[in-house]
Amino acid sequence: MTSLLETSGLSKSFGALVVANGIDFRLEAGARHALIGPNGAGKTSFVNLVSGVLHPSAGSILLDGNDVTALPQAARVKRGLVRTFQISALFRNLSVIEHVTLAIAERTGVAGDLIRPAGRHRAVVEEAFAVLETLGLAEDALRPVSELPYGRQRLTEIAVALGLAPKVLLLDEPAAGVPAGESGVIIDVVERLPPDIAVLIIEHDMDLVFRLARRITVMVQGTVLAEGTPQDIAADPRVRQVYLGEHGPR
Amino acid sequence: MATARPVRAGLSGPAAASRDPVESFVRRHRSRPLEALPWLIAIACYFAFPDYDALGAQIFATILFALSLDLVLGYAGIVTLGHAAFFGTGAYAAGLLAAHGWGEPLTGLCIAAIVAGLLGLATGALILRTTGLSLLMQTLVVSVMLYEAANKARPITGGDDGLQGMQVWPIFGRLPFDLFGRTAYWYCLAILFLGWLMARQIVHSAFGRSLVGMRENPARMHALGAPVGRRRLILYTIAAALAGIAGALIAQITQVVGLSSLGLDRSGAVLIMLIIGGVGRLYGAFIGVPLYMIAQDRFAELDPTEWYFWIGLLMVLVVLFARGGVLGLVQSRLRQ
Repeated sequence: MTSLLETSGLSKSFGALVVANGIDFRLEAGARHALIGPNGAGKTSFVNLVSGVLHPSAGSILLDGNDVTALPQAARVKRGLVRTFQISALFRNLSVIEHVTLAIAERTGVAGDLIRPAGRHRAVVEEAFAVLETLGLAEDALRPVSELPYGRQRLTEIAVALGLAPKVLLLDEPAAGVPAGESGVIIDVVERLPPDIAVLIIEHDMDLVFRLARRITVMVQGTVLAEGTPQDIAADPRVRQVYLGEHGPR
Repeated sequence: MATARPVRAGLSGPAAASRDPVESFVRRHRSRPLEALPWLIAIACYFAFPDYDALGAQIFATILFALSLDLVLGYAGIVTLGHAAFFGTGAYAAGLLAAHGWGEPLTGLCIAAIVAGLLGLATGALILRTTGLSLLMQTLVVSVMLYEAANKARPITGGDDGLQGMQVWPIFGRLPFDLFGRTAYWYCLAILFLGWLMARQIVHSAFGRSLVGMRENPARMHALGAPVGRRRLILYTIAAALAGIAGALIAQITQVVGLSSLGLDRSGAVLIMLIIGGVGRLYGAFIGVPLYMIAQDRFAELDPTEWYFWIGLLMVLVVLFARGGVLGLVQSRLRQ
């Protein structure tokens, strides 16, 4: 299989604090891959490195075979490397449909248009609404996100990412902070993501991880501790010791 | 086009019925009857208060200035205390042209816009790399440096005596500027209208919406792949050109340019006017500027020594009771 995303020797330190230490990682086309690890293991730092928010001290990042290590975040997005945020990073006063419209306008290049009203790019708005329909957000389309329950905000976050037509989608704790009653909807959405998108999901919720992931990477203190299928990981004694604790999955 | 569309029924049946959001979103930029109100009032005032045409013309030019600040502050989220740099540059550009043998007003406006726009481009390219307080300080530095440069360049600008000897020709070679400000009234109103049309177009464009995204959350716009820095610079340049036109208007109708046109006072005053009216709403300038300038005119007559106190009191009231300015107050009342 071809790997869509590949990092080799990816390292980052802030002074004495090492958040990534020689991470070799591969994400295959169509992957459903989970990245787990205890708090402070460097999972979000890894996403920040891959998406271009942080620049690595050493190592390289290949996207679809091309070296993107030196590219800024926006250029990686243009190449289909898209992420969501652990803490919802939305535009509080804007409506849900506007969020997705902004994303699609950037992707299709109409966002630089100074003259025509945004609404005249009807195809963009139609596509945004279609994304909302697939995620069950259509009835909230015109509401400002600040008025939505947190679970719906998390869905909006995913809708924005889908508007960018990702090849590789990095989901940073998509269900974090969502009340148990609402997280099921998010899991459903992640489960139904188009199969051609390679998904890396960072998650604490083990139910979710074992339900969604076909491969799991375990990080501890900025390094990869183990990688394998859910069965391998569940059976790995080191993983059980440092992470899963006494009770395994389910 | 690779679109992410997983399991999904076609757009038919109940889905089609719930497509109103698309329609309302697509129509959002269309003009509403209420938007004609400022223009109708402006026309009515000409006939109702014939003695105040000169003040009216100044108000229109200042609204244009405040409108350009609203683009920068209210839409791009760039907090500036140096917007008068562009206003003054436009005023001096038009003033110097008219004082040195080219008094044609419309080309004067164009040249003022170009000069001020270029200044916005050059300084914006340097200072927009920063944000927050350091950006605020740098906008201040740009305007203070220009102020001092104009002060030192006495042979060209007249220094603190002001630029004298402007000869502004009739508009289209036919409509001379009169002592009562009647021509100036319509001239400024017409230019304001054009400037407003342009600002409105920008705000409703896809570009304008992406600016709002940057104001709300710049980091997120980066993550959408937006060229945040470039867009801010484009807007800053356009707003600088608009501010330059506003300055040129005032220079042409008063036939004098003083150092105060570049001063911190003017940057501060226009900021206050915009805050009184409401920031980021496109119409804040149309409310705040007349309110401030008419209040100033009245207070100065009633209480010539302490009129600034009353302006200050007005500002305190706005900050205490109407955070979003007059427009914000109206909006929240309408919601209740």
